[in-house]
This record gives sequence, structure tokens and C-alpha cells, in this order.
Amino acid sequence: MALPKHASTLERVWHYTYLVICGLIFLFLIAPILIVIPLSFNAEPYFTFTQKMMSFDPEGFSTRWYDLLLTFGMSAPDVARDGSWWADVWQNSAWVQAAKNSVIVGVFATIFATVLGTIAALGLSRPEMPYRRLIMAILISPMIVPIIITATGLFFFYSSIQISKWELFGWQIPYLGIILAHATLGIPFVIITVTATLVGFDHSLTRAAASLGANPRTTFFKVTMPLILPGVISGALFAFVTSFDEVVAVLFIGAFDEQTIPRQMWNGIREQISPAILSVATILVVISILLLTVLELLRRRSERLRGLSPG
Amino acid sequence: MGKQMTDTANSLDNRPTQAEIDLTTVDGTPLKAALANAQKRARRRALFLVLPLLLFVLITFLAPIGQMLLRSVHNPSFSDHIPNLSVWFDENPAGTEPGEAAYEALVLDLRSMRADKTMGIAGTRINYDLPGSRSLFTSTARKAGALEPPFQEAVIATNEKWANPKLWQVMRGASSAYTVDFYLAALDRTRDVNGDIVAVDDDRKIYAANFLKTLFLAGLITFCCLILAFPVAHLLATLPLRQSNLLMIFVLLPFWTSLLVRTTSWIVLLQSQGVVNDTLVATGIVADESRIQMIYNQTGTIVAMIHILLPFMILPLYSVMRPINPSYVRAARSLGATSWTAFRRIYLPQTIPGMGAGGLLVFILGVGYYITPALVGGASGQLISNFIAFHMQKSLNWSLAAALATLLLLMVLLLYWLYDRLVGIDNLKLG
Repeated sequence: MALPKHASTLERVWHYTYLVICGLIFLFLIAPILIVIPLSFNAEPYFTFTQKMMSFDPEGFSTRWYDLLLTFGMSAPDVARDGSWWADVWQNSAWVQAAKNSVIVGVFATIFATVLGTIAALGLSRPEMPYRRLIMAILISPMIVPIIITATGLFFFYSSIQISKWELFGWQIPYLGIILAHATLGIPFVIITVTATLVGFDHSLTRAAASLGANPRTTFFKVTMPLILPGVISGALFAFVTSFDEVVAVLFIGAFDEQTIPRQMWNGIREQISPAILSVATILVVISILLLTVLELLRRRSERLRGLSPG
Repeated sequence: MGKQMTDTANSLDNRPTQAEIDLTTVDGTPLKAALANAQKRARRRALFLVLPLLLFVLITFLAPIGQMLLRSVHNPSFSDHIPNLSVWFDENPAGTEPGEAAYEALVLDLRSMRADKTMGIAGTRINYDLPGSRSLFTSTARKAGALEPPFQEAVIATNEKWANPKLWQVMRGASSAYTVDFYLAALDRTRDVNGDIVAVDDDRKIYAANFLKTLFLAGLITFCCLILAFPVAHLLATLPLRQSNLLMIFVLLPFWTSLLVRTTSWIVLLQSQGVVNDTLVATGIVADESRIQMIYNQTGTIVAMIHILLPFMILPLYSVMRPINPSYVRAARSLGATSWTAFRRIYLPQTIPGMGAGGLLVFILGVGYYITPALVGGASGQLISNFIAFHMQKSLNWSLAAALATLLLLMVLLLYWLYDRLVGIDNLKLG
């Protein structure tokens, strides 16, 4: 991107203007995400920088909103912070409950989506797959169809089959509807990432394994799986994040007590918006930074495995 | 798979006949048939791998969508409770003045509704088309037991609204469970007294205008995303990989961050006591009294949605721009083109596939957006999705919600089909 020596003045001016424009667009992309981090340490219940924060006065900062995340919904938040206090947090804190629910739903939805999606992607990337285009279009459609339409349809469908009353050996499966819905929403991501990994997959490797006497199962676990694993993991991460961030389906089909983090945030933003929302947002931003790092490492590993140039 | 030639084919003396040179496998099946068999098996095996997921999606996605389609044309909440009236509607064509027989049927049905406590359900269905009808049904049903013939006078005496020919037209429309009336309502149309389709009054026209507004806003957002994405994607594509991978974080971090977090951030930034307004006031650009209203209106929706959808434009553009060979532009320059001409005639045309892919994707996602407009849109920034949610959660007119959702779905599927034709779903990439 360096400017050649013979560039005219006009070109030089334009080049630097262009870099400034790009910088501003990057700022537009990243600033809204980073701004919540300092604001979540605000000592006052405001959404803006106070005088004290601007002058870096330690009094202007506090972790009270993070504290509120723990204490909100507790039965006895004001007692001494010993083991029973933490037990109370674990049992009763509304945000901790929501986090637990989100993780349960996310994990099971991810397992469904990843297992089914990976197997299907293996089939889809075989050259002899019939109706490939149509089937692919159907499997990707949960990502394309607006979530409000999916949620509306699920609401009608689940109420007509009464999914909330389904039992397995007398045990009412909690979150079943939400897990299935989130698995469906995560499937397109798994399909896309795993088929993308399989594009560079050398099919003669499986034939080589077979010719050396491995049965299909051994071939899959010893040869195919290690090679497509980066794609599978990043698909699973996508599916998990999709579930972890999904609010509309939960609002439409979730029972009253099935609170998840996004639902709790949604209620918070609509009703009693407080900086506590910003502290949740900060935690989520940190999680997404971690995810991004994992994904980048996976991408490098995948490229190395497939013999592509390292980034 | 072993194969052998017949003995005669090997001997040069006798020229082999056509049947004799046909190749077979060891067990004697013709090679062609064996190959077809093997291919069929391979196809079946591939299909077998996809089948579990296909079934899963069929149950958890396609069946619900189907149920929604059904709901948009099927609403039995009135027709189920009027055994006598439906007979009268069947016997008399549209436009017939309701006489004593009609009112007698009405009273009989109201009595049975009172017995089953269903007059609220039935009345609600009529209320969709004629506001105020629900209370009419519940109050008259309560009195229906005491009514004496002649029923026409008696019913009208309880409430003169029963003489309204519009009410009878609406009841006739609702007397069959299958109806396209909800689609008419979703397109700002209704039926007049004679059952002909007419436009609703101007002050009740909402949906057609909102569909247009949704399309317009999605188009505007797509355009803005394109304008913002192009320079960034170009910069990323022309920098050395090491630097561009680093800058890519600026694109991927928003992409990976929760939608609710990003929407919250925009509330924090743009609200009247927010960071942007505070900065403007502190620097003296805006007076403290005249803080700019940037959120809870259309502006808020547009800004937040551009921010959220921008990565979906940058990533496809980048993946198209990266492999563009820079020597083409250099060649054009060396042949005397100005940098602008070289860009316009040489570089830009090569990026069109990326613009198409990104543009369509952003437009598709934008048309169906719900969360951001609901949180930061205020009254003026609502899209069609928000009306669907309104009818699902507040007005409880589920059939109308389903009809609106079906129209939106058709629009999205059309765009999806276009995307598949032009870009190909296989080329959809994430990160």
C-alpha cells in the first residue's frame, strides 16, 4: 500500500485522505464496542463519562455494577460474604441463573447442531450427492429466514404439539423447545464452516486408509476427523455464540422462568436500563475477544494442516 | 472390481461381435450396470449421511413455517361456534338483507356460545375487522337467554350495532375457517358491504407503506454499508497479509460481539444524555438545551443497523478483492490511464461479484431485522418485523401476524433464490 515515488501531490493528498477515511470507519466499527468497557466501571448510574472519570479520579470508578450482577435477585445480599453468601449467589442471583440457563441451552444446542451438521456436511461434500443445491439451500435457510418468522412459526408449532408437556420417563425435559430451536439456528454455521474445510480435503487419504485395512469408522476417527476438526470446532463456536446471543425465539417460546442472558438483557434494556447492563456487555465483549483468539489459532492450525501458506 | 475380457476378444483371428467386447465384472454383470449400481450405492450413502439433519430441520424448522402458513389462511375461532348462522350464510348469497331467520340463528348461536363461554373468542375474531365487536358479542350473549321472538327487533333493541350491514358482511367472511382476508388486511385491503375488495380508509393504511419503508430502509442501509465497506475492504485486501490480519480484528470483533451488546452501545453513545451528545455540548457545537435526538427514532435504527451489518459487507468484498491481481491496474496506468480511470475501468468491475454478494446478504438480513429496531427504533424506526411481533404479543391477532410474516418470507425467499443464482450458497463464508 506504500505510495510510489512518482506519485503526484494530488495522489499523495488523496492517499492520506483515504487512510484517514479508513481509520474513521475502523473507529466506527470498534468504538461502540470498546466504549462500554470504561463506562461499566462508572460509579454513578449514568451512561456517560462523569467529570471524575474524565480526570481519572479513582472515586469516579467502581465495580458496583458488577456487584449488582451478583446480588440482584439474592435472598440475603447484605450479609457477610462467606461461603453461604456465595451459595446464595449461585442459587438465587438472577444473572447467575440466566448465565447457567444460557450455558445449558447453548451447550446442548451446539452438540445437536455440530454432530448432525458435521455428518451432513460430510455427505454434502461428496461429489455423488444428489439434489445437493436444493438440500444445501434448505439447510442454510434458518440463517436467512428472519428470526421473527422462525419464532412465529415455532410458537404456533410448539403450542400445537404441546412440547412443554413432553416427558421422558416421567421427567419433563427443561428447555427442550429452546434447545431444538437454537440447534436449528446454529446448523447453517456448522454446515458452512465444515463444508469449507472439506473443500481442501484430499479424498485419496481416506482411500489410502481403507487400502491399508482401516474400517470406515477407524478411517473417520483417525484420518478424516483430525483434518476437519478445526472447521468443526469453529462451526461449533459459531453455533454456541448464535445460541448464546439469541433472544427472539426465547421470548416467543421460552417459559416464564426460562431466563437466559440475552432475555435478561433485553428486559433490562426495555425496562429498567442501568449500567449493570454495561457490565454484562463488558463481560460478553471479553468473551468474544477470547473466542476470536481461539478462532484465529484454529484458522492458522487448519491452514498448516492443509499445507496452505501460514498467515 | 475385477474385470476380464472374453477369450474371443483376445484372439485376432475372429473379429469380436458387439456383445463379446462388452466388459463384465468377475461375477459376469456388465460393467456398465455394475458402475451404475456402485454409483447408486454411493449416492445413497451420501444421502444417508444428510438424512438425519434433513429430518431434524424438517421437524424443527420447516414444519413450524408450514404451520405458520396454515395459520395465515385458517382461523376457525368464529366459524367453529356458529352452527346455525353458517347454515343461513350458506343458504343466502352475499348482500342478502338479514331477516328474522338470520337473527333467530344468531340468537341460537349466541346462547350456545354463552353455554360454552366462547363468545369472547368468536367476538375477538370479528373484532379484528370491526373494532368494538368483541364487547358487542359478550354483552349480547349474556342477554341472549332472555330474548323472545321476534328476534330481529329484540336483538337490535339490545344493541343497534347488530343492524350494521358491515357487521353481517364481516361475520359472513369469518363464517368459513379458510380465508384470505388476513392477506387482504396485510395489504391494507378489506371487503365492503357487498364482499368486494376495496382499500381501507387512509388513516388505517399501515402495512403496505411499512413494507415499502422496510424495503427502502434496507436498501439505504445496504448502500451505506457498501460505501463504508469498500475503502476498508480495499485497504485490507492490498495490505500485506500480516498487517491486514491484524486490522481484520476491527471487523471480526464486532462480528463476534453479541447483537444486544452492540445495540446497547449505540443507546449509550447516542441517547440525549449520552457520550456523543455530551461531547458535542462540551465542545460547544450544540447548546445544552438543543441536544440532538439520535436514538429511539429512524436515525437510531439506521446507524445501529449499519454498524451491525457492516462486517457482512466487508467480508465478501474482501474475499473478492484479495485475489485481484494488482498488475492489471499497473498495466492500465502504464498505458496512460489516470489513477481514477484505472480504478473505474479496471479495478471496480472486478469487485462487482463481491459487491453483489455482500449487498444481497446485507439486504436480506436487513429486511427481516427485528431486535435493533425494537430496541432503538422508537415509533418511527419500526420495520415490518416489529409489526409481526406486535400482532403476536400485543394485539394477539395471530392470523394477521402469520399473513404479514408469510409476505415477508416470500420477499426473503425471492432474494435468497436470487442470491443462490448469482452468488451460490456454497460461496457463503464466515470470517
